[in-house]
Order: sequence, then structure tokens, then C-alpha cells
Amino acid sequence: MQSFVDTYGFLIVTMTLQAMLALSLYLPLMAGQLSLATPGFFALGGFVSAVMSTQVFPEVPAGELFPLPYVFLEMGIAAVLCAIVAVIVGFPALRLRGIYLALATIAFVEVVRVVALNLPITGQAVGIFGIPQPFEDNFEYITISLPMLLIAMFFVYRLERSRVGRAFAALREDELAAAAMGIAPTRYKVLAFVMGAVLAGIVGALNAHLLNTWNTRQGTFDAAILTLAFVIIGGSRTFLGPVMGGLLLTALPEVLRAVAGIDGLPPIVAQFLTEGRLIIYGLLIAFGTLFFPQGLISPDIFRRRKKPELETAVTKAEAVS
Amino acid sequence: MNTTLVFQQLINGLSLGMVYAIFALGYTLVFSILGIINFAHSAVFTIGAYFTYALMGLSWGFNGLLAQQELPFGLPFVFALLGGGVLSGLLAVALERLAFKPLRARNADPLLTLVSSLGLAVALVNIIQFLVGAEAYSYPSQQVLAGLPPSINLGTTTAPLIIPTVRVVIIIASLVILAVLVALINGSKIGRAMRAVAEDGTTANLLGINTDRIILFTFFLSGFIGGVAGTLVGLSVTITGPYFGISFGLKGLAVIVLGGLGNIPGAVVGGLVIGVAETLAPSSLKDAVAFVILFLILLARPQGLLGRKFIQKV
Repeated sequence: MQSFVDTYGFLIVTMTLQAMLALSLYLPLMAGQLSLATPGFFALGGFVSAVMSTQVFPEVPAGELFPLPYVFLEMGIAAVLCAIVAVIVGFPALRLRGIYLALATIAFVEVVRVVALNLPITGQAVGIFGIPQPFEDNFEYITISLPMLLIAMFFVYRLERSRVGRAFAALREDELAAAAMGIAPTRYKVLAFVMGAVLAGIVGALNAHLLNTWNTRQGTFDAAILTLAFVIIGGSRTFLGPVMGGLLLTALPEVLRAVAGIDGLPPIVAQFLTEGRLIIYGLLIAFGTLFFPQGLISPDIFRRRKKPELETAVTKAEAVS
Repeated sequence: MNTTLVFQQLINGLSLGMVYAIFALGYTLVFSILGIINFAHSAVFTIGAYFTYALMGLSWGFNGLLAQQELPFGLPFVFALLGGGVLSGLLAVALERLAFKPLRARNADPLLTLVSSLGLAVALVNIIQFLVGAEAYSYPSQQVLAGLPPSINLGTTTAPLIIPTVRVVIIIASLVILAVLVALINGSKIGRAMRAVAEDGTTANLLGINTDRIILFTFFLSGFIGGVAGTLVGLSVTITGPYFGISFGLKGLAVIVLGGLGNIPGAVVGGLVIGVAETLAPSSLKDAVAFVILFLILLARPQGLLGRKFIQKV
């Protein structure tokens, strides 16, 4: 057991963090807004905690652990900062529809990256090193990250059944009709965007401690695509989809590595499984949209179990038309 | 800054801007026909540069599956450039058949198509890395210039104005492509068919235009100019690795949004504006210029500089 934790502790914590990032991208998507800004806020949150723990808070004596309350304080500040930035960016950007919003958020992620590359306080191209550790062991981060994930899941679960969540769903289905029903589109879209940004910022703040170092390679366009893949492959119609997508796809490289280690595989296959994992990712995203347009987990799974006879009738009707 | 330096920078900016323009035209062509942004275009662009490298008979580096391999023949640069373009065009056609057509047949959400094309881009870029490694490649300049001098003096001997020949080659090549493309779209039968499909695919189909074939042709054109643009960029800065198209691809998006999505003159204007702006900006902020422009234009004028405003109807 101990060796398992030693080997996979970091991976397990990362899986929970990535699942939260997927939720952060899912939140604006609930309101029908494809925003790829998550890595930007993730990077921002990470820089907040990296800068504060190395430059603001009093230095921790050697051998002692970084106090946990400071970590929570950093997470709080990251959340507030991300919320402010999200409101400033969101209000103008969310007047845009569909593809235009996706492009604007990509621009945002790139601008955050270039700014961090040029500011002395964020360590420019080198980044920030030696972020103090609140835990002795990587796996202990799970004591924060797992409750965070569960709270985030519960929050989104309740949100989907609240007035606000229904407004989001209405916007996703038909923005004009929703506006005609008295839902203020921009306000609700900004709300969804801000919630996603805050979650990404908090995750970034914790992740900076876990990684021990933070630089501009955190939060790039690639990261945006990966997070999008979590949501699309997991399923974008219920909050369980992004969570499953985040957990499974983060574990996938390790699984592939393990599979590649099986004896008797031709070397080329083993090499492909370890080095070509991003090829597999890409193809999963490309063809996942084709074969699972709803993702792995769709609300239909739950519905089908309840009313099988109705479901077949509907499918038959669809097949006829 | 003296005038010579300004002029040199302007030429650099124009050569960069022209490449942006023809690269962005690849996005624009597909967008005007299908109304989707093909994110795989930046991967096709990257692969185009590698195709040209391979066709010149040059050998790969030490990493990847094809380490130390090379083709048994080597083409002169001009033919390798065109050949790379044709191969890229065929690749784009294959992508259309594999990923876009099935989604179109299902009437899928345009966002799904976008995600699918992103996935293809990731897969293609990593296939390159798997095959030929992550190292930088550059075209040997003697072979490219084939006897031309490495730089040209456009000024007098007393007031020299030295321009690298590569820049001139890039500008000329881009102008030729642009001219051929405009002539094709505005003056030929297939160009007229393309415009008809862009206007309304269903009606065009009813009028006897084979929409499916026009879409394939558009993807081929888009891939061809993407591949050529990739080679030209590789020529001016070297191929810095499989990822070099991604950042370029993102800037290409800034270019088309600046000019107006689906608008051909707009893509050219946008490319030139961003190319010149980037060259004039301080080098550390260079990469942000396109995105700041993109963000501002999206806020102020989402339809782009030359685009038509459209009103969404129920």
C-alpha cells in the first residue's frame, strides 16, 4: 500500500485537481458558452499562491512545514482576484457568441502568458521555484483536494437544480427565447464565467504548492484543449461527465505506460503507447465527438433505465423521420 | 530610428504579414463555405513545412521513428514547395472525409466540429513529433536560393538598404498565390460554384452544383496554401519543432477575426496589419500583439474590419 501511494500519490491528487478544472470549463458551458479561459485563471491562481508563499508571507524555518491557514488564505485571494478579472474580461467578452467567445478566451490565455513572461514578480521565463510545502508527502494533498472536489461537485449538482441553473440551461438551449422569457443573457453568462474562473483560480493556487514550482508553461493553449477534452469525452450535459473525464484522462498516460510495460508487446507498440499518448488523446477528442456526441456520461443513461419502453418509441420515431 | 531601419522593418513586417494573410486565407475559405473554423489548419500548415523538407531529400534528426532517414531523391526548392503544398492539400481532404463530413452528415453542433478539429490538430502535431522528433529543422539556404545572392541592396551604394533575399522571395511567392487564388475564385467556373456554395449550400445544390465536390476542393485549396505558408514561415525562421504551427495558428485566427470571418480581402488586410504591428512592437511583447488586437477587435467590432454585420434571427 505504501509503495502504491509513493508511486501514484501525486497522480491521484492531480486527477482530483484536473477533474475540478474540467468542472470549471463545464460551468460556462452549462450556460452554452464555450470558454477556454480556464488555464488562464488556473495560471493566475498559481501565480498568486507562488508569489505570496515565497515573497509575502514570512519565511518558514528550515524543516518546518508551511502553515495550512496560509494556503487557504492564498486560495481565497486567488478566488477573489480571479473573480475580479473574470468580471472585467467577461462583461465585454460574453456579448460574443459561440466561436467568437472561444477565440476571445484563447486570446485572454495567451495575454496572461505573455504578461507573466515579462513581469519580474512572476519570475519571467524562469518562473518561481521552491514554493514551500504544507505537507510532508504529496499524497497528503488529497486531504484538501478531495473534499474540494466533492464540494465543487455538490455545488454544481445543486446549481443544476436551482433557479440560476435552469436559467443557464435555458440560455444553452436558446438564448433568444431565454431572453424573451426575461432571463438577462449577459448577466447569467458572466455569472457562469466567474464561477468557472474562481474554481480554476483556487485549483491553481493549490496546484502551485503541489508542483513546488510555477511558470508560464502552466496554463497554455494546450492545457485549454486538454481540459476541453475532459469535458467533451466525459460528457457535457451533466456535471458527472467532466469529473469522470478529468479523472480518467489524467490517469490515461499512466495506464498507457503500464500497458506498454507488458512483456511481449512489439517495441514499436510500446513506444507508441508511451510517447504517442497525445496522439491517442487527439484521436479520442476528434472521434469521440463522432461516436459519443454526448460524451461517456449523458443524462440519457439515467433516463433510459427508468423508462425503457418510452425510449425505444422515441428512437423509432426518430429513425422514421 | 532612421528611415532605412524603418523601411527594413516595414519590409520584414510585410513579408510576415503576407504569410499571415495567405495562411489565414486557408481558414477563411473553409469558414466561408462551412461556417466552421478548422483548427486542424495549423497542423496542416506545420506538416506542409515538414513535407517540403522531406521532398528536398534532406535527412531527419536523431529522434523519432524516421531518425536518419531520407527520401532517395531531392527536389529543387520550388518543386518541393509546390509538392509540399499538394500533399498538405490531400491531407486536408483526408481530414475532411474522416472528421468533418461524418459530423456534417449528422447535422452536428458547430462547436462539436470545432472540438473535433482541435483533436485532429493535437493528434497530427504529435504524430510529427513521434515520427521525426521535436528538434528544429531548417532549409539549407544555398539550396533554397539556388544561386541568388543572400541579400539585395535596394538603396544606392552610399545609402545602402539591405534586404534579405528570403524576405523578397516570401513576398513574391505570397503575392503569386494570392493573385492565383483571387483569379480562381472570381474568374473561373469552379470559383463561381464556390461562391454559390458559400452563399447558400442547399440552393447551390438544387441548382446542380455538386456541393460535396466543392467542399472537397475548398479543403484542398485551404490545405495547399496552408502547407505553402508553413514552408515559407519555415524558410524565414526555421521549423522550430512540431508545435511551431500552433502559436502561428492562433495568430492566424486573430488575422481572420480582424479582417472579418469569411472575408478574403479582410484576411489580407488583417494579415498585413498584424504582421507590421508585430514587427514594430518591442520583441518581448511581440507575441501578445496579435492577441491584444484580437481581443480589442472582438469587443469593438466583432464582424471585423471589412465584415458585414449580421443580425441573428429566430
